[in-house]
Amino acid sequence: MTKVKNLEELVKLRNKLKDKIQVRTITEGNDLVARIRVAMGTCGIASGAKETFEALISEVERLDLKVLITTTGCMGACYAEPTVEVTLPNQEPIIFGEVDSKRAVDIINEYIIKGKLIDGVVPQNYQSI
Amino acid sequence: MIHTHILVCGGTGCRASQAKEVQEELVSLIKDKFLTESVQVTTTGCFGFCEKGPIVKIIPDQTFYTQVTPEDARDIIEEHIIKGRKVERLLYEDPKTKKRISDSIHMNFYKKQLRIALRNCGIVDPENIDEYIARDGYQALGRVLSIYTPAEVTDIIKQSGLRGRGGAGFPTGMKWEITSKVEATQKYVVCNADEGDPGAFMDRSILEGDPHSVIEAMAICGYCIGANKGLIYIRAEYPLAIGRLLVAIEQARKYGLLGRGILGNDFEFDIELKYGAGAFVCGEETALIQSMEGRRGEPVIKPPFPAEKGYFDCPTNVNNVETFANICPIILKGAEWFNSIGTEKSKGTKVFALAGKINNVGLIEVPMGTTLREVIFDIGGGIKGGKKFKSVQTGGPSGGCLTESSLDMPIDYETLLDEGSMMGSGGMIVMDEDDCMVAISKFYLEFTLDESCGKCAPCRIGNKRLWEILNKMTKGEATEKDLEKLIDLSHTIKDTSLCGLGQTSPNPILSTFKNFKHEYLGHVRDKQCEAGQCKDLLHYTIDAKMCVGCTACLRNCPVGAISGEKKKPHLIHQDICIKCGICYEKCKFNAILHQS
Repeated sequence: MTKVKNLEELVKLRNKLKDKIQVRTITEGNDLVARIRVAMGTCGIASGAKETFEALISEVERLDLKVLITTTGCMGACYAEPTVEVTLPNQEPIIFGEVDSKRAVDIINEYIIKGKLIDGVVPQNYQSI
Repeated sequence: MIHTHILVCGGTGCRASQAKEVQEELVSLIKDKFLTESVQVTTTGCFGFCEKGPIVKIIPDQTFYTQVTPEDARDIIEEHIIKGRKVERLLYEDPKTKKRISDSIHMNFYKKQLRIALRNCGIVDPENIDEYIARDGYQALGRVLSIYTPAEVTDIIKQSGLRGRGGAGFPTGMKWEITSKVEATQKYVVCNADEGDPGAFMDRSILEGDPHSVIEAMAICGYCIGANKGLIYIRAEYPLAIGRLLVAIEQARKYGLLGRGILGNDFEFDIELKYGAGAFVCGEETALIQSMEGRRGEPVIKPPFPAEKGYFDCPTNVNNVETFANICPIILKGAEWFNSIGTEKSKGTKVFALAGKINNVGLIEVPMGTTLREVIFDIGGGIKGGKKFKSVQTGGPSGGCLTESSLDMPIDYETLLDEGSMMGSGGMIVMDEDDCMVAISKFYLEFTLDESCGKCAPCRIGNKRLWEILNKMTKGEATEKDLEKLIDLSHTIKDTSLCGLGQTSPNPILSTFKNFKHEYLGHVRDKQCEAGQCKDLLHYTIDAKMCVGCTACLRNCPVGAISGEKKKPHLIHQDICIKCGICYEKCKFNAILHQS
């Protein structure tokens, strides 16, 4: 990590990083199959998000898939923890609720590989700035 | 390959109005039309739009159908799925324009939540500064340092109308201005992360989900008031938030966004954490400063305000986590943008932690002026188990309980005060018909009793006396004179306590007394608890007509208070019964009555 010397450099850095995080810009040419975010605030972890996270990673490794898995903060749906957001290329993100290790494996095999949804989708009802 | 998904709401409300039948019908039609390879039906969690249920949503075109009956399933499949024509009559009609809206993206309902403070929560990886930067992180700080003077920045915050999100709602820009004008060689920026209200967790979620938003805002504040040092006072019970803050601070230092010469400017700022032991009173700014200095967390008399004499007598600006989380978007999008959201005197959005007897317990952020009804019924998905709404408690132990009649009031600082409650930090606890308001006041008072620092007599002694009276009431031992004393003493404590904790501690009593006077009278005069919560006032009996003599109650009674023969009505012996309620839970025939 080098220091960012001025605002100009910061803007450049932002533009460079933007594509990386904007999952919806994953295009055909990009070889990423999906991006997964696991809500890991205290409430998520308390309801088992760590196990979910590990299950997702080991399944992705087992199948050798190009899936990017990251942790994030609270998604706000405490009633449905652990929550996991999955974004497939050029699609709206889908949030799954109550994802235990078994459902984590299902998400990868059913939704990411076959495009089939599994029960327990949490409807998103907010807009973010 | 599946190309179309049909989502059917599986929430309690929709289930009650035949959502399950709709789903079965859809599935069987898909089979009939040989579409199983390309169309899939899935149950989802509650959409929070229960009044228009059952809800069916089609992905990818986001079509949102409301009030779908099993008979409508055929049209959805034949028209929409096969022919690609939307079923007009099932689309949601905007109540104002009377126009049908085809997709959920354009429905006002789905714009009820607007995330400003929570903009990055659940999106960025909190332990990776790059993700924050990618979402415009540190751009506000960069712009502030290279374009604006401190006074200009303070002015933007003032113009935006942002008010403190910690509870009292003091204008943030004004606070910054006052601190900036005090002459001193050393000043401090303090972030108050001592979140202590029962049921409130928004500050924790912001720190855990987006720590950089607070760090960046603190640096901006430091630039405005002329401070080079920031302190975050955080309770040690938030280990994850502490961990993520430490990682974030370290990463910001590595990028040169904290430390000396930030972004090539002659500005220095760094942040240190100070841990609190979790005392509620330390959320009060003077007590917080005392605690940071290593002393007992006790409030001191204001003035002098921390802006003049704060941390080690240096001018100190104290803001709450959520307040800081709002700063960067205001700088980037402008005061006018922020000003356009909310009500006349309360601008922007407010984060609430929804808890209690509500379906969608969670963290929400709504523009000021949203009504309680929208929050509880539309976003929160209504009351658990289809029970009746009774009251909502806002503002924690300093706030009050609002009733049905306040549900349509817009939420802002003034309205909530007028209604006898307060904004507080944003805890919102929903209660249903089974909650006894006297017991609720007792619960909150127990909390204040525990948390009172003991420095001033009204709070230390007075609250204890209040609790004793409430305790008598729940046991059916109180008289009308006690009730008078309760109210009288409440007012005295409010008027004479030293700090905010004591001045507001009787609020739960006063607001519930105002709104639920009959319940207090019931406990005192008739020794009755309407909600059936105060167990000393209850009597358990067996309805001989309903009892089938299954012996379930007899076998489970821990004190052997129930007698009776198999297949014959049983009897509870009142002199032995300890009113534990186990028989009531075990009876499958609704034969146990609990009455007061």
